[in-house]
Amino acid sequence: MSEASVSSPEPQPAAPAAEVRDVEVPAVEVRGVDKIFTGKKKATVTALEEIELTVAPGEFVSLIGPSGCGKSTLLRLIADLDTPSTGTITVFGKTARQARIDQEYGIAFQQAGLLPWRTVTANIELPLELHGVGSAARKARSAELLALVGLSDFADNYPDQLSGGMQQRVAIARSLAESPRLLLMDEPFGALDEMTRERMQTELVRICAETGAAVVFVTHSIPEAVYLSNRVVVMSPRPGRIRDILTVSLGSASERGEQLRENEAFFENVSKVRELLHGEAPVGIRGVETR
Amino acid sequence: MRTSAGLSRTVLAPVLLGLVALALWQLLVVVFEIKPFIVPGPLAIGSEFGANFATVLQGAVVTGGNALVGLVIGGIAGILFAILAALVRVLDELSAAVVAALAVVPIVALAPVLYTMFGAGAETARQLVAAIAVFIPVYINTLRGLRQVRPVHRDLMHVYAASAWQTTRTVTVPGALPFIFTGLRIASSLAVISALIAEYFGGPVGGLGKSITSAASSSNYNLAWAYVLGAILVGLVFYCVTLAIEKFATRHYQPAT
Repeated sequence: MSEASVSSPEPQPAAPAAEVRDVEVPAVEVRGVDKIFTGKKKATVTALEEIELTVAPGEFVSLIGPSGCGKSTLLRLIADLDTPSTGTITVFGKTARQARIDQEYGIAFQQAGLLPWRTVTANIELPLELHGVGSAARKARSAELLALVGLSDFADNYPDQLSGGMQQRVAIARSLAESPRLLLMDEPFGALDEMTRERMQTELVRICAETGAAVVFVTHSIPEAVYLSNRVVVMSPRPGRIRDILTVSLGSASERGEQLRENEAFFENVSKVRELLHGEAPVGIRGVETR
Repeated sequence: MRTSAGLSRTVLAPVLLGLVALALWQLLVVVFEIKPFIVPGPLAIGSEFGANFATVLQGAVVTGGNALVGLVIGGIAGILFAILAALVRVLDELSAAVVAALAVVPIVALAPVLYTMFGAGAETARQLVAAIAVFIPVYINTLRGLRQVRPVHRDLMHVYAASAWQTTRTVTVPGALPFIFTGLRIASSLAVISALIAEYFGGPVGGLGKSITSAASSSNYNLAWAYVLGAILVGLVFYCVTLAIEKFATRHYQPAT
């Protein structure tokens, strides 16, 4: 995976020396981060406490936990959509803010967030257009991405003519537009039905293998986290803390196919994550989602 | 099949109701022998409208032209000021009181003042009255629309490190389009009414408003009503055209995820 990230095409031509150094520089480094929200009447809520997390280049890391455990907040901090109260966050060795300005990451939210007045192609080209990429280069890139997410036939359609799953695929294509080495995903499949969801997960594994990007993936589905990840970060709420980090050894992305869902090792890992989430021995039926 | 059934229900039903109302009106006029200066029957108005179609059309072109100029100027000014107010907060706070005051002023009351400013021989005063009348609803609706940016879109533009102007151009203004068109739709009828009423206060002859007053003062009630019918039709055309443009421009605006 890390090899793939080195050879993956860069959006902007970087100095060769910097590229070599990037191998050691973690994709994301979160050091001693707290996040305290101050509400009305000066009431404070500690959303995150003492978060330590390192994501290697090309690594797929899931953040899982119950509602209110701060997993989305952590993602928003990495994306510089919010700033930590204490601690530091670096993305490829830069501050989160600089990384955002330099477009070091792509992002996808639970809502596809497509612009309804733009065609599928124009939606995917949006970040390229904003950053001054020429129209010929934009066309080529969007055609490439549409093929990657399997929507080439829908290039000139508008979002309202697509299903929810297709809209989400467009959003993922858009997040990949500038060939980022890091993808931030906040429950991108949360609003989809189970069947679409599993198909999207398989596609995401394939896309990650092809692009070699590191991914920070927020979810509250245990099988989803296990199926996709190299590591699963289990979080607990009030205050949001990292309870444990589980390394999932189910092989590289290219080896993860549909049959993995029936695999014994898969169920074992699902049980482990559930155990960590609930802090007790697993009971009940294996492989059933607890959402 | 479903669309044709829906069409017959949305088009046929109101047309039928209208015809029934007209028949009832005619019946009442005939049965109670109501004098034309109170209200003439629809048949009399219709025949007068037919007989004087050319002059009614001429008047409609003059009044409609004034309304159109007002709608375009007031609409553009309203949208531009709203964008400016949305971008520069201070401007919004400064202008809020002025806009509120302007909204309360009966704008046609300005017509006599404007006639003296621009000369009674020009249409400028009427166009300005229409423009001011149009400005308010367009400005208020546009500003509201500009503030409706969805959080996910705002986050996205922040992530893209987009400038304020880029965000305005690619997300805020297109997103406000349904609101802008609501404002324009309200304003379209307002433009016709304002341009028409402004004619009552002076200025050159030729428009529908002046024709209504002159026909009524010479006791030609059927003709006066024929001009009123012309004015109604002009208003209807304005409303329907803006509605059609709105439907076309916002055809993909169904709530997407």
